[in-house]
Amino acid sequence: MTIADQVTGSTIAGTAGAKPVEAKPVAAKPRAPAITLPAIGERELRLDLFRGLALWLIFIDHLPPNLLTWFTIRNYGFSDATEIFIFISGYTAAFVYGRAMLESSFVIATARILRRVWQIYVAHVFLFTIFLAEISYVATSFENPLYTEEMGIMDFLKQPDVTIVQALLLRFRPVNMDVLPLYIVLMLALPLILWSMKWRPDVTLALSALLYAATWEFDLYFSAYPNGFWAFNPLAWQLLFVFGAWCALGGARRMSRILASPVTMWISIAYIVAAFYVTLTWYVPQLGHLMPKRIEQWMYPIDKTDLDVLRFTHFLALAALTVRFLPRDWPGLKSPWLRPLILCGQHSLEIFCLGVFLAFAGHFILAEVSGGPGMHALISLSGILIMWGVAWVISWYKRVADKSGAKTKNAVGNADLAGGG
Amino acid sequence: MKAKVLLSLVLICGCLAAPPARAGDAVPAAPAACELPPYLLATDSQLHKVAETVKAGKPLEILVIGSRSTTIPSSEDSSYPARMQAILKDKLPPAETVHVSVEIQSKKTAEEAAGTFVKLMEAKTPTLVIWQTGTVDAIRSIDPDDFRGAVTEGVAALQNAGADVVLMNLQYSPRTETMISAPPYLDNMRVVAQEHDVPLFDRFAMMRQWNDQGQFDLFSPSRGPELAKQVHDCIGRALAQFVIDAAHLGPAQQQN
Repeated sequence: MTIADQVTGSTIAGTAGAKPVEAKPVAAKPRAPAITLPAIGERELRLDLFRGLALWLIFIDHLPPNLLTWFTIRNYGFSDATEIFIFISGYTAAFVYGRAMLESSFVIATARILRRVWQIYVAHVFLFTIFLAEISYVATSFENPLYTEEMGIMDFLKQPDVTIVQALLLRFRPVNMDVLPLYIVLMLALPLILWSMKWRPDVTLALSALLYAATWEFDLYFSAYPNGFWAFNPLAWQLLFVFGAWCALGGARRMSRILASPVTMWISIAYIVAAFYVTLTWYVPQLGHLMPKRIEQWMYPIDKTDLDVLRFTHFLALAALTVRFLPRDWPGLKSPWLRPLILCGQHSLEIFCLGVFLAFAGHFILAEVSGGPGMHALISLSGILIMWGVAWVISWYKRVADKSGAKTKNAVGNADLAGGG
Repeated sequence: MKAKVLLSLVLICGCLAAPPARAGDAVPAAPAACELPPYLLATDSQLHKVAETVKAGKPLEILVIGSRSTTIPSSEDSSYPARMQAILKDKLPPAETVHVSVEIQSKKTAEEAAGTFVKLMEAKTPTLVIWQTGTVDAIRSIDPDDFRGAVTEGVAALQNAGADVVLMNLQYSPRTETMISAPPYLDNMRVVAQEHDVPLFDRFAMMRQWNDQGQFDLFSPSRGPELAKQVHDCIGRALAQFVIDAAHLGPAQQQN
């Protein structure tokens, strides 16, 4: 019923069995040999599916609002695609590098994680270059007197020496380029998280929750350049990442009874409906009257920077229902209709970067052509088609590479499975 | 609520239809481009002091505090405060004197602006203050919590000085959307408005509405002031209507 036991059947059960703390016989499923880790079998398509979905939604959310924006989940509740993305990233990263940690050693696992961090960092710098190109263009070609004030944002171009160095230090981060730095920091912490998980998963999760609480209590944050703070506070968002890792390493299986209970289901449904109602009041202000003032004051603002508890619980409710109603062997996962999503989810780092780039390009086209809602929708759709096409090309490359005998690489741990961006 | 929506509709229709009847008027009919769905102009919060002042026939002093998006470079008379003054003079009883003054605090964050309010209010004593803020904070990505604190303090200072307050949020600026993150500042202004029962003039949503409906092309790179003038005219009209509604000074209400 849970993600974990289905993802892995054998692999994770083996992982769990290897941990001294988890000596419970439940961990050792009959088909799972206690310690040996068989080669990665069938992929968990649900993870790919939802990560692909998150990538599409992030792309659409980065474009100016248009028709397709109404299909993104942020309009129907508190949480949005970022939560899905970080959770699945934590899950898959723990899954892949947790194996390395158990099979090889702490040093080897750390080395592999650092290589991945480097890839993500390079991707981030690449995106920053594109951003610089765009902003420089706008700065020289756009002088509408209506927006003299907003053009103040270009001031940083006057000090490229400082700005570019700050960008390389991840302290200067333009809008829409917040996810990769968050992911870099989380991945840097991953060796520690896995090492601690290997020792005691529950304590690790508790520590993570403690850090989250401390972040709220003492207002901890990462400072940014020229001022302000990181738009996604890693000290808060780590909770979702660690929770993903915890689920991957056996937590989800241990929660399966809770997840299967109808009480959980009804609580989740009630919460999601309530959240939907609250979001409805944002778009239909007339409904605002039916909303008790006291609840409003308690609830707002729903903070994205520090991963508001309301957002986190909303994600949990969605995940609980998803796991319940979308079994691992659901035949639809093999259907050609979901293939594009799954393909994109399987190459998440590349497709994420492509999505950010396409969002920049989409803005640019809209600015130059100014085509109205039809053009908007067209850009969103073609962006998604491009993401699908590129994902297909990447997997074609991999298939070709596999055929020419680079199989060893896959056995070690597929970087894509570890999740990007 | 229904009544209020209806009322707004009536008011809007009224202001579309009325001007031709008043010949020689300084204010021509609202261009169709200014049309807005009524909910964008609806507010639950009231402007009691404005209502009292107008009912008592005293002069209405309005102070607009804002950053550079409150002006149009080198055409002050076309900026929204000036337009609002013209429309208010037209819509309020002829005996009513309306005076709008503008205090530009360019490149100041909400916190920096709020620091000047006590002195400013001693000097001016307006009945109504329209505080446009958020843009500078968004450009400098000030911590939204600090921003909320600063707006709260500013609103309190203005209220303590005995003025009604209207908050005005950022402009919708599609060209810089990939560079300036407006949502946290929009949300926090909404929160402060709610907590302090202050009407929020949602300039962002209105401009987005105009852009989405094709009334204005806000992506336009045009260097001429025409677009800015038209947009400010519409904002001035909407703002005047908003003040009249929030103070319950519409023709229908005055008859009661």
